[in-house]
Amino acid sequence: MLSKVVLRRGLGRMGVAGALLALVTASTPAPAQQAEQYFSIPSTRVGPYNAQGTGIYGGMIDYLNYVNIKHGGVNGVKLTYEECETEYNAARSVECYQRLLNKGDQKMLAWDPYGTPLAYAVIGRVAADNVVLAQAGYGRTDAADGRVWPWVFGAHSNYWSQIAMKLNFIQEKEGGIDKMKGKTIVHLHIDTAYGREPLPAMRQIAKDWGFNLVEIPIAPPGLEQQSQWLQIRQAKADWVTFWGAGAGMSGTAITSAARVGFPRNKIIFVTFGGAEEDMIAGGAQSKDTYVVAMVLPGKQFPLIADMEKVLYSGSAGKGNMQNPNRVGTIYYNRGVIAAVNFVEAMKNAQKLHNKVGQAITGAEFRDGYEALDYTSDAKRKELGIEGMIPGYKLSCRDHEGAGKFQMMQWDGSKFQIVSKDWMGANDPKMIRTLIEDSAEKYAKENNITLRDCPN
Amino acid sequence: MFYREAGQFRTSYAQDSQIFPLRQDRIGIAIILMAAVLLPFVANAYWLSAILIPWLVLSLVALGQNILMGYAGQLSLGSAGFMAVGAFACYNFILRVEGIPFVVAVALSGVCAALVGIVFGLPSLRIRGLYLAVATLASQFFIVWALDKFPWFKNYDPAGVITAQPIVMFGHNFASPREKYWVVLVIVAALALLAKNMARGSVGRGWMAVRDMDVAAEAMGLSLLRTKLQAFAISSFYCGVGGALFAFAYLQTVEPSAFTIELSFRILFMVIIGGLGTIMGSFLGAAFILLMPIFLNVSFHGVFGQSVDASVISAVEQVIFGVMIIAFLIYEPLGLARLWQLTKERLRLWPFSH
Amino acid sequence: MQNFWFFIEVLVGGLLSGIMYSLVALGFVLIYKASSVFNFAQGAMVFFAVLTFVGVMELGLPFWAALPVAIGVMVLVGMATERFVLRPLVSQSEDTLLMATIGLSFVIEGVAQLAWGVDVRNLNLGIQDEPINWVMDKTGMLISQLDITAGIVASIMVASLALLFSRTKVGRGLRAVADDHAAALSIGIPLKHIWMLVWATAGVVALVAGMLWGARSGVQFALVWVALKALPVLIIGGFTSVPGVIVAGLLVGASEKVVEVYVGPKFGGGVEVWFPYVLAVLFLLVRPEGLFGEKIIRRV
Repeated sequence: MLSKVVLRRGLGRMGVAGALLALVTASTPAPAQQAEQYFSIPSTRVGPYNAQGTGIYGGMIDYLNYVNIKHGGVNGVKLTYEECETEYNAARSVECYQRLLNKGDQKMLAWDPYGTPLAYAVIGRVAADNVVLAQAGYGRTDAADGRVWPWVFGAHSNYWSQIAMKLNFIQEKEGGIDKMKGKTIVHLHIDTAYGREPLPAMRQIAKDWGFNLVEIPIAPPGLEQQSQWLQIRQAKADWVTFWGAGAGMSGTAITSAARVGFPRNKIIFVTFGGAEEDMIAGGAQSKDTYVVAMVLPGKQFPLIADMEKVLYSGSAGKGNMQNPNRVGTIYYNRGVIAAVNFVEAMKNAQKLHNKVGQAITGAEFRDGYEALDYTSDAKRKELGIEGMIPGYKLSCRDHEGAGKFQMMQWDGSKFQIVSKDWMGANDPKMIRTLIEDSAEKYAKENNITLRDCPN
Repeated sequence: MFYREAGQFRTSYAQDSQIFPLRQDRIGIAIILMAAVLLPFVANAYWLSAILIPWLVLSLVALGQNILMGYAGQLSLGSAGFMAVGAFACYNFILRVEGIPFVVAVALSGVCAALVGIVFGLPSLRIRGLYLAVATLASQFFIVWALDKFPWFKNYDPAGVITAQPIVMFGHNFASPREKYWVVLVIVAALALLAKNMARGSVGRGWMAVRDMDVAAEAMGLSLLRTKLQAFAISSFYCGVGGALFAFAYLQTVEPSAFTIELSFRILFMVIIGGLGTIMGSFLGAAFILLMPIFLNVSFHGVFGQSVDASVISAVEQVIFGVMIIAFLIYEPLGLARLWQLTKERLRLWPFSH
Repeated sequence: MQNFWFFIEVLVGGLLSGIMYSLVALGFVLIYKASSVFNFAQGAMVFFAVLTFVGVMELGLPFWAALPVAIGVMVLVGMATERFVLRPLVSQSEDTLLMATIGLSFVIEGVAQLAWGVDVRNLNLGIQDEPINWVMDKTGMLISQLDITAGIVASIMVASLALLFSRTKVGRGLRAVADDHAAALSIGIPLKHIWMLVWATAGVVALVAGMLWGARSGVQFALVWVALKALPVLIIGGFTSVPGVIVAGLLVGASEKVVEVYVGPKFGGGVEVWFPYVLAVLFLLVRPEGLFGEKIIRRV
């Protein structure tokens, strides 16, 4: 009995020692030798989106390391990062936010947690903390209005633009907007804020175009979609926009669709849950499914090819991906682009505030992020991402930028691009108006004065 | 040597029934409370917002769970559901009642949670053990679904994720982590004291009688209906207050998906590891469950650098929790609190052995 | 008429879904019948069994070699559980044992992820998860081949297990052990062998359940939460009855799907998350031992 007591007490002491260790390491300032810029990596490598988390954050980390190795940092400023696992859980994500906020005497510049609920959890405090909430292609849609949320961005697209683009693609396939009248489109979504995010825009377009919108939620974790797909068949849906959560749910959606005989080439997946891993989870029946892409996959882009060479070839072993075959997959490339945005914003900030070669603050980084400009072909070619993203730029008022996507189709082993070019909503102005109306309503309810933006 | 009890006489019934009869204990508690109040002046914002506030809040919820499971013996897996009720109730009270002080809103949301707890506690009059656990699972799933489905709870917010309002009392906005910590500290300390006194009194004895053998308790004249529902009500009150604080002082958002069944299981583990049927155990268990992942993270980082995949750490964490639960149930069913008690007993005798 | 066929389709789909729940619940019942322990970790065991099976196949073994390997692993898990979790707690209360198995479920889940990783895996059993054509042509209903196969497999398993328990000597031994270990030991029933048999059988059941679930929805961690749905099935059917589990599973599956399709949309859906549990609670209030279970007698 005594030995057991001692053992347990020892364990308790270990816990205390560990806590002290954590305290010490959390508050020890890093010795400054060369100028460094610290970034936070709030990964989601565990949980329903783990395929996404490992891909996106692997890509992000790889790009930061790549810039350090290939260019010696940004104008000589070395990039450092610290990772914290959020498990796609709001409470853990808040804890990670707190933990990663300060490293030594630097604060993190940006927060990109890849989860709409995780973004919402911190959206109220980023302004006070001087942290840019990067929301790269997800999150609170009306934050695309920079007048209300100066610290929140959604480059280079949000969910309202995405659903509008999908509907645009559908009407093209159906032969025109007038042919949409009377058709039935089902929005099959996970029953969370993320799944419901595109609904305001969808409902508006349904009203304008005259098609019948049916909203069918799936309770998480979404492993059983039998009733939902039966309802879809009962409603005689023409198209289904699938807004799922993770490879497990995606796989189930495809097999359930097959089980009720719904043609896969009438299903469109969303960017957040539409990647190789999701298609593979559905097996052979995933063939012909449509998936929207915000960032194109592939290793043919010069940047990705070079990254593979520098980080993975031979005995380099500097890549973050456990499985090097995932370099060039959709999630990986998305992560790379998110990091490219960080680095470009840093460059802009250093230039704007005359701090070339020095570390910058959060406010300066924000200005740099707002000045992101990829409109020039030459710029994109120089970065090696020509073709991977559309040309766009952010501004004081417009924190979205592009709102354009490409449509891909799964051929059984990889994605084929089926859209001719980057396409967006059929009526981008209407979407923008919806966004600004929603943002203004929020500002009024919360007594926020709109920023004065020239454009 | 430290616990020189000789010379401390108790000359009245009031003195005899104190919580801390020994002067040393009283001094010890006073020091701890002083330290707790002065802590924000030395701790940085990370420690306050990410460790201490959630520790206090989760201890409160674990206290509620302990009242239900440890004292009254009713197996419950629905604590996160009652937390959600508390959080949403608090949000709605502050939203709809102009100028309501935060503490009042929190108390009222606890009452709401208690009412819901009574409703879902009704099955406990007929069933026990695993069956009751499943019934509380029903409450967990149903409550979270209802709060999500009926947009009135979220004030028809289109996004479905609402930002918690600031904590305002007596005209002052408790915005900084330090101020939030003090608010939480006061509420938790007060409720913990209340729980300790309830547990020591006839209320607690009634619960323990029901826990040990409810048929015998009923035969003795204890009203099972009143006792069990009272346990559910008080436990849900604590969980509700904890949930409100969780949403307002820690997460700063109020959304149903923060109160999942995984959270219920975590609270269950806090109570088991901390010590069933003890007040101290709730605090110890909450600290253990909260700090273990951080400790693992830091030590893995320290030992392996950044090369360990997060999924490995998370899986190891799960294994450790499971193993600890089994180990505690086998070797020390009364948990960490009992170990602490044993330490204190030895301290009372030290340097003698008996 | 169309609507009627749709209702039948939903109903049949629900019934077949229910069979899947029953398969998971069957493992619970087996362990409970043999050792009076409620094994909360059964869902985790289902997950671990099929994950091991798929993982071993990925390492190169063919289908028929991976099966015995997976079964062997499950037997080992069962033996380890009995030795390290159940035996030390042998005289403790039911609640303590339940909490220990909750801890066990976390251990098994963690070990599964450590051993095989967290990726979602596809499981191809060779049975197409597609509608049976002649049923579709005749009635316009879509019934999946996989679901029908699952139903047949489940029926075979249940029939053989029911026969095992009631007709064979081994079955009687199992029931004796469940009633009173000491008494069973005193009349010469080999406890160790009996327990090994029980855990092996439970392991086989878990593996079969896992394989069918995995083929349907992919082998992934979320299976563990789906297994929680087996709890209402157990409560409604009664913990000690093998045929009860099937009946209850059919009931839960059918009611859940029908309610979701016909009542769900009025509330915005998602009803099937809590409906089986509430149904179980209502059953409990009326008939605490379940439809087919033994009456619970408590002594003071």
